[in-house]
Amino acid sequence: MERPSQLHAEMPARPPVLRAEALSKQYGPVTVLADVTIDVHAGEIHAIIGENGAGKSTLMRLISGYVHPSSGHLFVDGEPMRFSTPHQAQDAGIVLVHQEILLAEGLTVAENLFLGRELTRNGVVDDRTMRRIAAEKLAELGCHVSPNALVRDVALADRQLIQIGRALLDAHKLVIFDEPTAVLTGDEVERLLEIILRLKAQGIGVLYISHRLDEVQRLADRLTVLRDGKMVGTYPGQSLSQMDMAELMVGRELAALYPPRGKEARGAPMLRVRNATVPGYAEDISFTVHKGEVLGFAGMIGAGRTELFEGIVGLRPAHASVELDGAPVHIRSQREAIDAGIGYLTEDRKAKGLLLQERLAPNLTLSALGRFHPGLAMNKRRETDALEGAIQSYDIRVKNLKVNAGQLSGGNQQKLLLAKVLLTNPSVVIIDEPTRGIDIANKAQIYTFIRQLVGEGKACIVISSEMQELIGICDRILVMRQGRINGEVSGEAMTESNIALLATAEADVGRAALGGLS
Amino acid sequence: MSAVIQSAPPRRERSFAIGWADAGPFIALAALLVIGFLINPDFLSATNLSNVITRSAFIAIIAVGATFVISSGGLDLSVGSMAAFITGVTIMFMNGMVPHLGTWSVPAGMAVALFAGIACGLLNGLIVTVGKIEPFIATLGTMGIFRALITYLSDGGTIPIDRSLRDVYRPVYFGTVTGIPIPIMISLAVAAIGSFILYKTKYGRKCAAVGANADVARYSGISIIKTRTIAYLIQGACVAIAAICYVPRLGAATPTTGVLWELQVITAVVIGGTALRGGKGHIWGTVAGGVILELIANLMVLSDFVSEYLVAAVQGVIIIIAMLIQRFSK
Repeated sequence: MERPSQLHAEMPARPPVLRAEALSKQYGPVTVLADVTIDVHAGEIHAIIGENGAGKSTLMRLISGYVHPSSGHLFVDGEPMRFSTPHQAQDAGIVLVHQEILLAEGLTVAENLFLGRELTRNGVVDDRTMRRIAAEKLAELGCHVSPNALVRDVALADRQLIQIGRALLDAHKLVIFDEPTAVLTGDEVERLLEIILRLKAQGIGVLYISHRLDEVQRLADRLTVLRDGKMVGTYPGQSLSQMDMAELMVGRELAALYPPRGKEARGAPMLRVRNATVPGYAEDISFTVHKGEVLGFAGMIGAGRTELFEGIVGLRPAHASVELDGAPVHIRSQREAIDAGIGYLTEDRKAKGLLLQERLAPNLTLSALGRFHPGLAMNKRRETDALEGAIQSYDIRVKNLKVNAGQLSGGNQQKLLLAKVLLTNPSVVIIDEPTRGIDIANKAQIYTFIRQLVGEGKACIVISSEMQELIGICDRILVMRQGRINGEVSGEAMTESNIALLATAEADVGRAALGGLS
Repeated sequence: MSAVIQSAPPRRERSFAIGWADAGPFIALAALLVIGFLINPDFLSATNLSNVITRSAFIAIIAVGATFVISSGGLDLSVGSMAAFITGVTIMFMNGMVPHLGTWSVPAGMAVALFAGIACGLLNGLIVTVGKIEPFIATLGTMGIFRALITYLSDGGTIPIDRSLRDVYRPVYFGTVTGIPIPIMISLAVAAIGSFILYKTKYGRKCAAVGANADVARYSGISIIKTRTIAYLIQGACVAIAAICYVPRLGAATPTTGVLWELQVITAVVIGGTALRGGKGHIWGTVAGGVILELIANLMVLSDFVSEYLVAAVQGVIIIIAMLIQRFSK
């Protein structure tokens, strides 16, 4: 690899590290990517943005040799190249950091780092050297796990770093990041962005794909917008606001992302929880959510928010005294919570929310089967009617009613899951990460639905790791830290810095800082 | 990732694949009949076919229950020894009741068989769900228990049914209604009821949901314990019905009754199109699977060029082929 100084000095004259010219990819009659031309220079961060299905991942896979283009050319340092395997791309210095974390959980950190390219000495695997290099590489990335630790025991954020370390082990000129921050929060994202900026400073080209437009705005020297497999254009990074980017991605003007808050004063208490304890996750938590109110729960990953609510709705062992609409309810199982009128949307819609191999109607009615069997048998007709109603009300985009839930895009899956929970007619709806991994147009719709819910007199609780989202839709936000409620913000005090402070600092510090605001 | 754009071509592929998984066992069955006819025209004679299908009835009836268990994400290895145990208990009860009830001890014995079957199913179900023991291990244990119990009850020999009951009971296996053997009628009825429960009722939905993804089911307010336990109860009832049909065939229970039935049952379910890891069950496919197994055995006996000692080998090949088809049609 060349030294950064040389690269910078010669940059105008040098060909880009990577140039993709008129890349297209067809699967049968379907074009997933048409005529895309981008280039990345040494020491440049080039972001690719677009909605789900816009072709971002396909583009990355074409460049890194996982998929072969139907037409078009790749040039590395000005030389034409064809990659038939990811290995060839790696040999040419192009590495892809995958979106999903692909590590062998039962192996150690060092073993994972060197998986498939173990160092040997005299034909025997040289563990000691590999451990040493692994420790060095990870330290460079600011990851301080032991190379001997099993990946199973390593935190998610560190696994992401291990994955990056694995990609950076070989010599590289271009690093492609595919939604690297999707599973990270707060500090972890910061750490990752720093690593990416450091790569840039070393003269390495970076292709960066992300849903998070704020990150793109911070990082990108240039950005390319894809829509429906076509290139909308390449723009200088600083020239676009986040709203501009979103509109380019969607292809139309977006109304404000967040719907206006309800004007009417909040109603009577709908759900009152006192002294909720989920052993190991949350301790002695009390709160009240009112009719017509959206209550947010903020906090770092691991603060116990999901576990708290899973405990309250009977999915985990927990103690809590719960009052719903003034009457005490005793909940020992998810069934009892649903019957009482408390709906819970899991954060993990693929693994816990929907049966991906099953069609839409059985998914929709799964929590409310009782309403669809008038006699002994299920009434398919009534189910189909319910599905058509849900598709209409929640704008679920499907080609036909016979597709499986797994074939829907993330946003449509989330809307289906929302419809499924609302079919049980809950008076309190708890939504865990309402917009994780879905595109901006669907996000706006989900926010509108949440407002509609509380407009109908229901109460809504939103758990989210995206602070902007909470600030945008909630009337009031409780911030959890290490299994306890560390503070509350509302009105003008709902700012990212206040929430971040409460999410990370001791309670007194947080209160002191907020003293003047709330 | 690019769900919107990808949705068109995979769907076409998929609907084709689903068609295969659904129709596969019946196509195989039809192919087998044609091959059978080509090899030996006697194969398609009404007598031969009705004999073969009658013999497959036990496996088919038990396999309908197994479709529930497997669909809900479980497994039951104990069905063969459970069938033997229930057969023994039933015969002993009938024999004991002859002085009091006369020939009425036959229906009373059938009720006892059903009761015993449901009790055995409940035992399996509770060990798996409440005891939280892997279905494979739990039913491996009860398989040994039931087998030992029948060996003990029969004292290592046979438990023959009382002479006075033979003629009354005989038609349940050997009789016909409008020319169709009663065991075939019973297995069709069991399959019809089974498919109604699995496809039309709330319970069927829960069963498939629990098997497809237990977490999703739990988060949807479905009790996994209840759903799986009921699947084992249904399995027990099916084993009892099969045992009731089986008693008049040999007129006795022995320690070797039902040996290796569990493997045939699982084979029938799997070649019928139900995934062993759970999810959607295929009741009629299972019945077809049971018939296929027996047809293959029969075909090998009727044909000269493959020794019937290789029946198990051919059945083994069939199950592997069925799994490969399932895999590559995904």
